[in-house]
Amino acid sequence: MGEETVKPAVVVDDVSVLFNLNAEKIDNLKEYFIKLLTRRLHYTEFWALKNVSFTVQPGERLGVLGFNGSGKSTLLKTVAGVLKPTKGHVEVDGVIAPLLELGAGFDMNYTGKENIFLYGATMGFSRKYITERYDDIVAFSELKDFIDVPVKNYSSGMRARLGFSIATAVEPDVLILDEVLSVGDAKFRKKSEKKIQSMFDSGVTVLFVSHNTDQVRRLCNSAILIEKGVVTARGTADEVCAIYDAQVNSNK
Amino acid sequence: MIKNLYNYRYLFAEIVRKNIKLQYRNSVLGIFWTLLQPFLTTVVLVLVFSGIFGKSSKLVVNYPIYLLCGRMLYEFFSQSTKRAMRSVRLSAGVIKKVYIPKYIYPISNVTSNFITFLISLIVLVAFIIFFKVTNNNPVHMTGYVFLAWVPILILFFLCVGIGLILSVLEVFFKDTEYLYDVFCMLIFYLTPVFYNVKQLHISSKIVRLGLMANPLYSIVSMFRSCVLYGEMWNWNWFYYAAGMSIFLMLTGSLLFWKTQDKFILHL
Repeated sequence: MGEETVKPAVVVDDVSVLFNLNAEKIDNLKEYFIKLLTRRLHYTEFWALKNVSFTVQPGERLGVLGFNGSGKSTLLKTVAGVLKPTKGHVEVDGVIAPLLELGAGFDMNYTGKENIFLYGATMGFSRKYITERYDDIVAFSELKDFIDVPVKNYSSGMRARLGFSIATAVEPDVLILDEVLSVGDAKFRKKSEKKIQSMFDSGVTVLFVSHNTDQVRRLCNSAILIEKGVVTARGTADEVCAIYDAQVNSNK
Repeated sequence: MIKNLYNYRYLFAEIVRKNIKLQYRNSVLGIFWTLLQPFLTTVVLVLVFSGIFGKSSKLVVNYPIYLLCGRMLYEFFSQSTKRAMRSVRLSAGVIKKVYIPKYIYPISNVTSNFITFLISLIVLVAFIIFFKVTNNNPVHMTGYVFLAWVPILILFFLCVGIGLILSVLEVFFKDTEYLYDVFCMLIFYLTPVFYNVKQLHISSKIVRLGLMANPLYSIVSMFRSCVLYGEMWNWNWFYYAAGMSIFLMLTGSLLFWKTQDKFILHL
């Protein structure tokens, strides 16, 4: 009562995701018809996420913890809008920038410069908007001398640097970090951590996936724990990290 | 959906721009290939077929132009639908990471091909002028030439519709490509590109049915009516071609709409 209600940055409402696991992946017509005729077309159902609900407030930095195969990536994909949940729905307020596998949107035959505009457009930004930030992006990536070279001639570190520079230059409202804080060499890593810290300070909402509880404690102010597609803990980063660490140790 | 497309108009423009730029990068002649390629292939086809079908008569009026009309439309059809077919699968890397309205890929690929096709029409204009100037069996140029955009527009929508359908099939079944290559060959022979149907005495009912069912037959015929014969097209062609392209557009959109959320599981 009387409390001002702020619109949450991310709402995950009763989300479930069902996968059909078939022993062999059928990706051509020939096999499909053979299987159909011999009536061997059956699927095993698997719920990757079950009734997951949580909200993230603007400016909150949420760590997502869980073992391999627990559904972390599936959860991030539904938040990013890449994967549509089988049940429930996800709402994101504002521009979302996924920092998952940087440089996935590059065209290898395109030069660095051209890729900046292509990548920007992939995130929904106009040429004009990117042009305004173009110099910053190039300066931050330290690729000025290579900007007119096709990206296929870049090293993987250079590609990641360019991707990072674009994704962070556009001032997103929600940032998804999937263990990408280790970009490039030590010098660039320091710079990128600083950049992310400054984005944190400006109040960006963050979803951060990691196995490293130290990093989660350092970067996040709250966390959730996912086990076999179910959220089993939600609280401050310290509380949830303690639960996770206890599980890691008990499994030893 | 309209609002959605509006938000992603920059991406649409970037992809169109990229396709056109990359198609001719690393070639000395660059965009001139768009003009040179139809010119050279037409020369080859004229040399090969002029003995058999090439007698400029009342039926074909002017064989090089007759051939060019058919070839350019067919080439746009096959190139754009093939590109659209592969577009979604080739963009798997992006689709798996960022939300993008996926229909952008097939539509922008058809559009970029459409633009290079429009540029290549310069060759056709050049040929027409050449025959006009040399007064060597010139085409019947009339006001109907200004209606040539109608078959071109119908063809564009036909390609978008087919492109949408193919891109969906290609996501789920990789062998769509091979089947479609064969299908394109069939379409090529069922389109009067280098022959005139009236010159051949087709007795096979199946072949005649195939010709009638092929929307490209109607579109190419309409285009030739405007450009070559200088007369109004047969309205049956118009009804059939327009009907087919609307039907395929609707089918393609519906199929794409229904299946797009499952793409990610198959890419």
